[in-house]
Amino acid sequence: MRLSSLSYNIRQGFKNIWRNKMFSIASIATMAACIFLFGLFYAITVNFGGMLKNAEKGVAVTVYFDDNATQDQIDEIGTAISKRSEVRTYKFVSADEAWSEFQKSYFGNHKDAADSFADDNPLKDMANYEIYLKDVSKQASLVAYLEKLPGVREVHQSAATARTLTDFNALVQLISFSIVVILIAVAIFLISNTITVGISVRKEEIGIMKLIGAKDSFVRAPFVVEGVTIGLIGSVIPLVILYIMYGKIIKYVAERFDALSDMFAFSSVSSIFRVLVPISLLLGVGIGYIGSRLTLKRHLHV
Amino acid sequence: MIELSHVSKTYEAGVKAHALKDVSLRINNGEFVFIVGDSGAGKSTLIKLLLKELSPTEGSIVVAGKDLNKMRHRDIPDYRRKIGCVFQDYRLLKDRNVYENVAFAMRVTEASKKDIKRRVPQMLSRVGLASKYRSLPGHLSGGEQQRVAIARALVNHPKILLADEPTGNLDGHNTWEIMKLLNEINQDGTTVVVVTHDMEIVRAMNKRVITIYKGTIVSDEEGDAS
Repeated sequence: MRLSSLSYNIRQGFKNIWRNKMFSIASIATMAACIFLFGLFYAITVNFGGMLKNAEKGVAVTVYFDDNATQDQIDEIGTAISKRSEVRTYKFVSADEAWSEFQKSYFGNHKDAADSFADDNPLKDMANYEIYLKDVSKQASLVAYLEKLPGVREVHQSAATARTLTDFNALVQLISFSIVVILIAVAIFLISNTITVGISVRKEEIGIMKLIGAKDSFVRAPFVVEGVTIGLIGSVIPLVILYIMYGKIIKYVAERFDALSDMFAFSSVSSIFRVLVPISLLLGVGIGYIGSRLTLKRHLHV
Repeated sequence: MIELSHVSKTYEAGVKAHALKDVSLRINNGEFVFIVGDSGAGKSTLIKLLLKELSPTEGSIVVAGKDLNKMRHRDIPDYRRKIGCVFQDYRLLKDRNVYENVAFAMRVTEASKKDIKRRVPQMLSRVGLASKYRSLPGHLSGGEQQRVAIARALVNHPKILLADEPTGNLDGHNTWEIMKLLNEINQDGTTVVVVTHDMEIVRAMNKRVITIYKGTIVSDEEGDAS
């Protein structure tokens, strides 16, 4: 298509939007609502995922050794752990370190209670490897592997926590995905309605265009411009609102719930919008394009 | 050249209705031909067939060397650009001025801006509407609107001009003005086919007249002025 024809069709597309003001506004509003909800769910999912990841970081697998395990066997267990891809970090905790940590956690300021044990270490058989995973869903397979290693007496795991976190994460993703799919379908339907009205208003003009030799692409172009523009405007508006809102919310939560700041570790505005902006724009333009093309195929036998 | 061989067109809406039955005719380059007949005789069906808006049920149609039955959908726009058409109801875009209506026909062919700026004023002068280029169709008389339609039909240099009842909505004075204009266009070498039921102008113009009755050609008479 020539540049002049392209600019003509773009102008016609904008005129279509203006002519069908009410339908265009309704479509933009619906699209904006869809993208807004999409953005909202995205931000919730990402933050929730981040928080779950945070929680997952605290889920550890602990490997205890046989009473008669040699240092070589313990080293070999360490090597075996280090080779596992699902392992994020691991550390060796000696019996003394385990006792010292226990004293700190349970006796706190009551040093005299700890001192009563003198040099007797009640945790002398509790030297262990403390393992943190990249993904808690892999915990069961790692535990099964570790239990078979020679020199391993027992493997402690928090199976219920791991399963709950994994299932909850999956549930949040599934719900978000389902809602987004429904919203996209609604947006396509509404854009399709707007284009249908545009076609019916311009039926005579389309008929004239065809009679004087307009190619299909020329007839379709203004409607595609209309759909894409509605999609684009409908995605920019919620992005701006979400940007302002998100910044304010994380600031408010950080100030108001200072004590919970470790638990509510929000993703930064830039990290959210770096992904959300291109996806939303693409989604808006894509929905506009697909909506208009589907409608043209159905109603415009050019 | 326009050539129809044994063309029939049947509409099926519950019962079969024969709009055209076994029509054969030949119109040579540069001719001025009237196609006449009563309402429902099949005149408009003939125009629609020539514009490739419809396909014949039987028979073949060849226009300017193109067999319309074998024409692919994507080639129809190019074909229609070679044929100008004018209708009784003008079919102008009401929200665009005279200039834009004529330019529109060039825009759909993706003509350059430069060509549009050069050609449109020429055509408006040709039909005597140069001074009204900014007027909206609603502010023009019927005759003037039909002139705009003619300018639009001619702006892409068609070899053939099809006019379906071009004077159907016009008064006597405007009717003659339009017929005079169509005659001048024909004098310049364009083949002109006019569908009408106005026998007064047909007689006065004294051109070739093809008469259709109930979908069949019943007479084909050369005029003295052909």
